[in-house]
Amino acid sequence: MEIFDIYLLEALVNGILLGGVLALLALGLNLIFGVIDVTWICYAELVMIGMYGMYYLFSVYGLPYWVAAPMCILLVAALGAALHFLVIAPLLGAPPINQLLATGGVLFVLQSFATVAFGIDFRNLGIRLPVLALGEMHFSYARLLAFIAALVGMVAVYLFMTRTYTGTAIRAIAQDRQIMALMGVDTKKIYLVTSALGGGLAGLAACLLVLQYDVHPFVGLSFGPITFLICVLGGLGNFVGGFVAAFLFAEIISLGGLFSDLEWGYVLAFAFFIVMMFIRPAGLLAKRS
Amino acid sequence: MNKPLAWVLGLAALVALPFVYRDPYHLHILVLILIWSFAYTSWSMMGRFGLVSLGHGGFMGVGAYVTALLWNHLGVSPWIGIPAAMLCAGALALVVAYPCFRFRITGHYFALVTLALSGIVLQVIIATRDYTGGSLGYTPERTKGSHIVALQFDDKIVWYLIALGVWAGGLAVWYWIDHSMSRYAMEAISEDEDAAAAAGVNVTAEKLRITVISAVMTAMAGALYGQYQMFIAPDTVSGIAVSLQMVFAAVVGGIYVALGPTIGAVITIMLAEVLRIGFGTKAVGWDNLLYGVLLVVFIIFLPKGILGSLLAWLKSPSKQRDG
Repeated sequence: MEIFDIYLLEALVNGILLGGVLALLALGLNLIFGVIDVTWICYAELVMIGMYGMYYLFSVYGLPYWVAAPMCILLVAALGAALHFLVIAPLLGAPPINQLLATGGVLFVLQSFATVAFGIDFRNLGIRLPVLALGEMHFSYARLLAFIAALVGMVAVYLFMTRTYTGTAIRAIAQDRQIMALMGVDTKKIYLVTSALGGGLAGLAACLLVLQYDVHPFVGLSFGPITFLICVLGGLGNFVGGFVAAFLFAEIISLGGLFSDLEWGYVLAFAFFIVMMFIRPAGLLAKRS
Repeated sequence: MNKPLAWVLGLAALVALPFVYRDPYHLHILVLILIWSFAYTSWSMMGRFGLVSLGHGGFMGVGAYVTALLWNHLGVSPWIGIPAAMLCAGALALVVAYPCFRFRITGHYFALVTLALSGIVLQVIIATRDYTGGSLGYTPERTKGSHIVALQFDDKIVWYLIALGVWAGGLAVWYWIDHSMSRYAMEAISEDEDAAAAAGVNVTAEKLRITVISAVMTAMAGALYGQYQMFIAPDTVSGIAVSLQMVFAAVVGGIYVALGPTIGAVITIMLAEVLRIGFGTKAVGWDNLLYGVLLVVFIIFLPKGILGSLLAWLKSPSKQRDG
């Protein structure tokens, strides 16, 4: 019984660590949704491109991690802005479902671009961070680092949103799209900034995920769907809800994986999502109407 | 030319085709096109009314795997297995869709709930790898007895005729819906749910009916695909990639016209084959790259799809309806 409890605790803590990265991913997606009212189905593929960026900068061009990471974040931020400019902007007036499908097309493009350009081999940075042993529990440093960096990233975004003019404008637009344009805020510019910010968060997530996972063209499919589900579970556009949902999801996956295979953890999480959609369709923290 | 006559002639020509021209490779491509056309048509039945499902990969996976598992483990003939699989998919659709419609989960939210569904099916297939072979795929056992009972044929012509029949059946269902009250009800719902409800349309029931029909047909497509290819893998018959592939092909062809999804299947499968033959292994990825670009371009410039836009352009402008 004693050993079992330690495994349980380890799974719980690992769930929290996983939750940090998921929360970061959900934050980026929520930001885009809350402000521009568009779901980027291809969000995880941006992360995948970022992971390749890290791989090339770090392993091929030999830059130190701390130099490669900001470059990678900038790269994905630029990609996010380009995505908005090329695909979303022409579709702003179209039905939401068309926007969803167009980003689905971008998903195909990015995935197959990676296949064509980088091949389908699994690649990693070749960094193996040590494992932290705490009593009889084992945690990887990579996860801990990812968790901390994700928290720092989220706090930075929070400060940006509440303390700067642009951040305030972004929040204002999320509240009322029509009025802000009348108030003299350049919506187009704000959308572009938001897209870049969302892309930057994807880049940050990429820098962290590449420490733990191998990168290959389809890696996005392994955490992309979960990110959407987290956002929907928390209420699309609801930052706090997304945060809570991320940790809830991570715990379900982690604990489900403890009692059975990891896949069952995912199955459990997905099933939980569907059930919650029926109980709280507008998101975990939404007020009942 | 009058329309029913054109349909009959076209169908007759398609039935006669394999007896005149029997190149196995081309027949193989045609069978694939017909099976996938059927799946895409099934998807469009919902998609045309604004019910964008990203869960159809799940229904297809249920169709393929339930049929194959029943055959391998219990020796149940696909003649019973396929209806059973369709029943399972219908039940699954009902369980997920009823609360969705009841609680007015629409648009983005509906797409994402169904996305979860296709994720669940994929993960369940992988997690139960002791039975399903997991991500390595699964092969229905070759029959030792009757080919007809096992629904396994070596002759491509037989498969071509089966696929043709099923595909024509799919179009018949489309036609039936197109000419029923349901179509008007669904169009009203896709315009404005509240207004439709106020006008006396039973919103939940109408949406459920179309969803279950669509899911059941998609499951059948999955089962047929498995029986034809004699190999199924989670990546080829289920999961999010397959769901997106359906959406893509249907949108390219045009989801508002009966033959649109078929045109989509012709274009996507031919494109993949041409690239594969032209570039060999170097083509890996290029076909999807092209698909993706096309999908984006189509959504932006031609939301009605190739056939839809063509038909709208041929008709007088007064008859055009916004896609």
